[in-house]
Formats: sequence, structure tokens, C-alpha cells
Amino acid sequence: MIRFTVNGAQVETDLEPETPLLWVLRDTLKLTGTKYGCGIAQCGACTVHLDGIAMRSCQMQIGDLEGAEVATIEAQGTPEAPGPVQRAWIEHQVAQCGYCQSGQIMAAAALLAEVPDPDDAQIDDALSGNLCRCGTYPRIRAAVHRAAELMREDTQ
Amino acid sequence: MSRAGKIARRTFLFGTVAIAGGVALGYYVVQHPHDNPLKPGLDPGEAALNPYVLIDADGVTIITPRTDMGQGAHSVLAAMVAEELDLAWSDIRVWDGPPGAAYYNAKVAAEALPFSATDDGFVARNARAFGGRVAKVLGLQITGGSTTVPDGFDRMRMAGAAARQMLIGAAEAETGISQADLTTRDGHVVTPDGEAIAYADLAVQAAKIAPPDEVALKSPDDWRYLGQPMERLDIVAKSTGTQGYGIDIDLPDMLYATVRTNPRRGGVVRGYDASKAEGMPGVQRVVPVTGGAGVIADSTWRAMRAAQEISFDWGEAPYPADTAQMWAQLEASFTEALQDSRFRDDGDVDAALEQAGGEVLEAQYRVPHLAHAPLEPMNATAQLKDGRLDIWASTQIPMYVVATATRLTGLKAEDIHLHNQYAGGSFGRRLEDDFIAEAIELAMVAEGRPIKMTWTREEDMSHDFPRPMAVSRARGAVADGKVAAFDLSLATPSVAQSQGGRLNQPMPGPDVAIVAGAWDQPFAIPDYRVTGYRAQPMVPVSSWRSVGASGNGFLHDCFLDELIHAAGADPLQERLRLCDDPLSRGVLEAVGEMSGWSGPDMGDGRARGVAFTLSFGVPAAEVVEVSQTNAGLRIDKVFVAVEVGRVLDPVNFDNQVKGGVIWGLGHAMNCELTYKDGMTEQRNFDSYQGMRLYQAPSIEVRALENGETIRGIGEPAVPPAAPALANAIFAATGQRIRELPLNRHVSFA
Repeated sequence: MIRFTVNGAQVETDLEPETPLLWVLRDTLKLTGTKYGCGIAQCGACTVHLDGIAMRSCQMQIGDLEGAEVATIEAQGTPEAPGPVQRAWIEHQVAQCGYCQSGQIMAAAALLAEVPDPDDAQIDDALSGNLCRCGTYPRIRAAVHRAAELMREDTQ
Repeated sequence: MSRAGKIARRTFLFGTVAIAGGVALGYYVVQHPHDNPLKPGLDPGEAALNPYVLIDADGVTIITPRTDMGQGAHSVLAAMVAEELDLAWSDIRVWDGPPGAAYYNAKVAAEALPFSATDDGFVARNARAFGGRVAKVLGLQITGGSTTVPDGFDRMRMAGAAARQMLIGAAEAETGISQADLTTRDGHVVTPDGEAIAYADLAVQAAKIAPPDEVALKSPDDWRYLGQPMERLDIVAKSTGTQGYGIDIDLPDMLYATVRTNPRRGGVVRGYDASKAEGMPGVQRVVPVTGGAGVIADSTWRAMRAAQEISFDWGEAPYPADTAQMWAQLEASFTEALQDSRFRDDGDVDAALEQAGGEVLEAQYRVPHLAHAPLEPMNATAQLKDGRLDIWASTQIPMYVVATATRLTGLKAEDIHLHNQYAGGSFGRRLEDDFIAEAIELAMVAEGRPIKMTWTREEDMSHDFPRPMAVSRARGAVADGKVAAFDLSLATPSVAQSQGGRLNQPMPGPDVAIVAGAWDQPFAIPDYRVTGYRAQPMVPVSSWRSVGASGNGFLHDCFLDELIHAAGADPLQERLRLCDDPLSRGVLEAVGEMSGWSGPDMGDGRARGVAFTLSFGVPAAEVVEVSQTNAGLRIDKVFVAVEVGRVLDPVNFDNQVKGGVIWGLGHAMNCELTYKDGMTEQRNFDSYQGMRLYQAPSIEVRALENGETIRGIGEPAVPPAAPALANAIFAATGQRIRELPLNRHVSFA
């Protein structure tokens, strides 16, 4: 039995240890905000936080997660009470198809936790592993800056 | 016939299509309205005032029968209805609705006609009207061709206005107050005393009222939604991970599946050995599907893992096995027998080039196959139970999906229920229903259980219907510092032939897409000819964002740039001098002003290029600025001006244009599908990258609204992006790159 937490809730599973976390989130826990895009850590649609670090859940085997704390897009907020990064994404109307945006938001949130006021180069470094086929990149940059402002406002 | 059916005839039929005399179709057939697809499913207390407005106890649902693939179709269509029906934005609910012939797209067929968008002559106008009638008769409910806004603009507003008038009529019947004294506000009819009656309370009565013969639409000056920044209806869901896509469907008793078919598209499967896969954890069965096999399991990953363990004996590809042979086949296609069209033949090109003698410029260009690769891999869920088939999938062609399902299952169309889903991108991929057919095949052996079939990314990229490769041969001459002659020949397999064949939809006549974005450019070059050659079919191909213009923009504009350079003229000024369409001149002048154009060289290793393509009726001009850095070429800034008649949704408009530019630039930089042994060599995003955030330039967009015709903007920003970049690279390096992707010749920072 493998035990870890997802968004604070205890998870116990007897699935094969090589099962990617992505598919436990999606098919077992029904947390479908985390997306499958490539399965080889090239697109970032499956980005989650592992102990606060942005990671590609398609490449994380659950056998390596014993005792780990996993957080998904669902932990960032809800439609009724979106978190600051999500509010920035809504304000800037970043999404087109929206399929990559859970991963973009998780990558941005991890960046902002470490670098509260990132410049464009830092944003580019942190988010360039997250592919957006619709081309929302200019809005993503703007929304990360706005999220930084909102997070400062929230803590004041 | 129901009242709601009449409104379709009276109000919608000719809303977007001018009546022209002499059209050969029977009047009755064209007049005859399609049934209101909402009628059969209505519960007591629900009313469908027309095919677009459904009212129940909870309020109004607007039917938005164009697939939302990220382009914002649902929001803008809902805004058109809500504007006239007078709804509060926060109350708006939308639904794709059932597949229905009433939801025909009158514009999509008109796009396939050989009349340039700037041609407003009698024949062109009649032909466009005829195209719309064909679409109506065929019941072509299609999302594509940047037609959602132009097709919906009148029809959806009329639907809202007609419903509003019927609700006011119902309020008159209920209250005895004259219609003239009643008004509406935010989903209510309001009496002179200020009493507000919810539409929901009037709907059943309203459905008994005869639909109006005529409706008055609001003046744009009175609009409260259209033309103003709107919050997309799906923006909160898409920012919180709660937007459901097809891939997220979850049903009671559902099983998971994946499919592998011959990566040599159209090749047979001679046999396979699934003994190892069948014994793997969670695997329920391995079953044959057309061209391969499917694995049904208790999770997606277990199905995908097991599918990798099936050993297949694939048949040969029914097309040339590698890319080199494909290029050779295209280069051999410039023959009289394969000539498909010559829609432009101005002056006497042969004489002009002969007169130019040794001064004739010649060049061959080419563009590669490209994958759609939306980020959501193709997937579909299907359940066949008790003589009823349910399908949950995102498709741009719902009526064809129903036809495919009837063919596979033998069921009648009324027993097939398609639940169209939000798409995680499409770019034209969902104009094909191959993946849905596979899910149906699996459902047919699943004994009533729903099957969610998801492709791996590798299956998706190797089983696309790509944008076809194309080769151009260009010749031209200059005189007195001006472009004097331009002869462009384009060879490519026909998308209409390939796609139409699969849809069982014959596409007679020339394929306009072979020359789209080239033959129809608004340049008054004295001797100017564009000839299309229909190459023999190779890999099955399909419509890719901006279709024929996606490659022809590069093939046409870059050679024009070569001629302008040879003439010693300024790239922007010479395009302006040649341009004979005022709307097109407008966008060229606009990008000149926006970019502070003063010539291609900007000094300090910086340079710029300009390009222009008219596609889907939209003139689009782009200026790309690049700089040479130690790490490679960097795209610093892009200026875009487009002419669309009227912008209805400014935020989404901006997003679509920027997205189109990034789509065009990203694929031009580093994307191609190449073939070896009949299979694509690219299988995932490691070898098919597109643009990444760190490469994304700042993009400045300007919309011009001088035209009288409203246009869609999902595609037209794509075609000029690649040539503007290639022209900028020439200005920066002196290197004229005549093939895509550009990273075959330069490296990008």
C-alpha cells in the first residue's frame, strides 16, 4: 500500500508502483483539472506541486510518493473562491481552449511562491516547459505579473 | 408544423443570404425549413421559441451550435442572442444543442468558391448566395472557415429579437397591457408599473404566439454587449481546472480504452499478437477495430500500457513511403494534365517574361506537412445500450458523426445522441471523426457499458490528417524599380478531395484551397498569373488552421518580397503601390504606422519584414522585428493589422489574432511532419515543438472596421506570419530561406 496526500486528503492505493501520478489523479481520484497532453514531460499540462515544487505528474511514479504532499489545480481555489493566480488568469482572460491553463497556473504559483515579484525572464524560465498551442503566451506573462500584485494585496 | 418551425422559415432562412435570381435549385427545397431540433426533447413547461432559444423554469438557454474549440464561439454567439433578447450576462447559459440541419452554416460553402473576397461583382455575389443555399439544403452544420461570426451575426440576433417579441406578446396576453407599453430588462418583461415578469413565467404562453414576420434589430449604437469587452462564459471554469472537456467525461460503469491502428495511414493490419497485453493488470479485453486493435481496461493508463505490448503486422502505406519521394511526386505535378485552376491570369505573363529575357527571377519554394496536435489528444466516449447510442466527443461536424454512427451501428439517426463537448483545441482536427468511429466500434462490443477511448499523444501525432505539403515555382520580372510580372504555380494534394472522400461528400470542380491566399491577392501587377496543380493524393490530408492560405501566404508573399528587393523598392511602399483594394491598403498603412516603418534595416543587428495575405475575406498585414543574438535569432516584436468590418468581442478578438500569429510563427520556426517507411517521424512534442513562452514576442494588434462585411478572425492572422518572419530574416542576414521550417537554415534563440 502506498500512502500520500493530495490537496490535504490522505490517499492509499495498491496500484502498481510504476503508475504515473497523473492517472491516479484523473481516473482514480477524479481530479480531472490536471490534464494529459504528452506523457513525456514535454507539454506541462499535467503540472502539479510535489511538496511545493512544480512537477510533471505524468513522470511521477506513485511508488516514489510515499509520504509526499501533492497539490493540484483544485487546491488553488474554486469557481466561487478562486485563488490569486486564478483571479489574475480570469482578469486577463488568458484562456482560449484552456486545456494547458491548469498546468500554466500551477507552474506560475510555484514560481510566485519562490519569487514574489518575477521579471519577464524569470517567468519565461519557469513557464517555458508549459506548451500552449493556442498561443496565449502574451496574456500568461501579463497574468503572472498581475498574480504577483494580487498575492501582495492578499498578504497586506 | 409547429410555430417554432415557422420562425425558422420566416426569419432565419434568408437572414444571411441575399436572394439572387436564376439559381438552379427548386424554390421549394430551399424554402422548406428544417425542423426545430429542440422540439422532440421538450419536457412540459419547456418552450423552444426557435432553434436557438430554449426556456424552462430555470430561465433561458441559448443554443450555440458551433463547437467551442477555444476560439470563443459560444460566448460570441450567446452575446448576439442576449443582445436582442435582453438577458443579464450573468444569467446566460449555453448549450451546443443536438445535431440539427437547422443549424446549417451558410458561409462555409461560400468560402469554397473561386471569387476573391474583394470581388463584389454580380457573378461573385450570386455564387456566394448559391453557396449558402447549398449549405442549407445539405444541412451543413460545420464549425470552420472562420465563419462562426459572419454566419451567426444576423441569424442569432434575429433569434433573440424574435423570441423577445413573442415574450412581450405573451405578457400582453397575460396582463392585458398593450405591447407598446411593455419593455424588457435582464430576462424580464417589465410593465409600466415596474412589475417584472420573468421570461420563464411567460415561455409556455409565448410558444403559442405566431412568430413575427419581421423583427427590428437594435442599432449598434444601442448595443450593451456586442462590441464591448465581455467576460468569456467559460473563463472562470478554464481558470480553475473545472472546465469539462471530452477527455474528462466520467460515467457510471465506465471502462477506459485506447486504440492503436496502422501508422501508415490507410494501410491494413495483417494481424496482431495481443497475448501479452491480455494478461496485463486491469485489461478486460483486446478487440479488433478497423485498421488495428483496441484495449479495454479499468484505467486509461493500464489500457495505454497494455496497447504498447501488442505486436502488430502492419500493411504497407498506400502512398510514397518517405518524404523525399513525396517531394519528388509534387515536383512532377506541374503538368497540363494536373492543372486544377488558373483563376488569375492578368496581362500576358509569358510575353512579359520573354521580354525580360535573362532578367527573369526564378525560385522554387516549399512547405511541409504539419500536424494539428491540439493539446487535448483525440478522445471519445460511447455507450450502446438498449438500441440507443450515446456519444460524448468534441466535433466540428456533428451531422457527419451521426451519419458515421448510423453506418457503424445500423441504428436510426433518432437513436443516436451526440453530446458535443468543449474542445481542448482543434485547429481543424475535429473536422474528422475517425477517433469517434473507433470509440463507437469499442462500444459495440462493450455490452452496454460506456467506453472512454483516449489516444496517446503518439497515436494522435502519427494519425493526424495533416496540412499537406506544397511546392511552388515562381517566376517574375521587374522594370523601372517596380514589380512588373509575377507567375506563380502551386502544386499540392487536394484537401477537398481527401476530406470530401472521407465524408462521402463529393467536391466537384477546382479546389480553391490549392491556390487560396495566392490567386486572390489584391495586387495590380500588370502581368500576373496564379496556377494551381492538383498533385496525386499521398497521405490523407485535411483542413489546418487557415487551410490553403496557411502555406500559400509564405509561397506568394516571400517571392513578391524577392521581386521587390530585385526592383530596389521598399517592401512596404511597393506593396502599397501595387495594392488596388482600399481595405487592404488600410492594413498595410496601419502596420507601417504602428511599426514606425522606415525600411527593413533597423541597425544594431535588428531588422524587420512585412507580409500581407488576404484570406477568409480578411486583409491581414504583419511586421515582424528580429534581432541577431549570440544564442540565435530572436523575434522581438510583431505588429498586426486586420480588417474585419466590425469587432464584436474585443478581448477574444485580440486573443485570436495573437494566437494566430504565434501559431503561424511557431510552426514556421520549427515544425514539420516528415515520413519514413510510411510513418511520421515526429510522434510527440519533443520533436514537434511550436513556440514556447520564452520565444513569444510582444504583439501589437489593430483592428480596422472600415469594411461593410463582418468577418471571422480565427484564421486570417496565420498566413502572413511565416512570410513576415522569413522576410525579416532576409533583411537581417541576407539569407533568403525558401522552405519551412526555418530552423533548417537558422537557429532561433
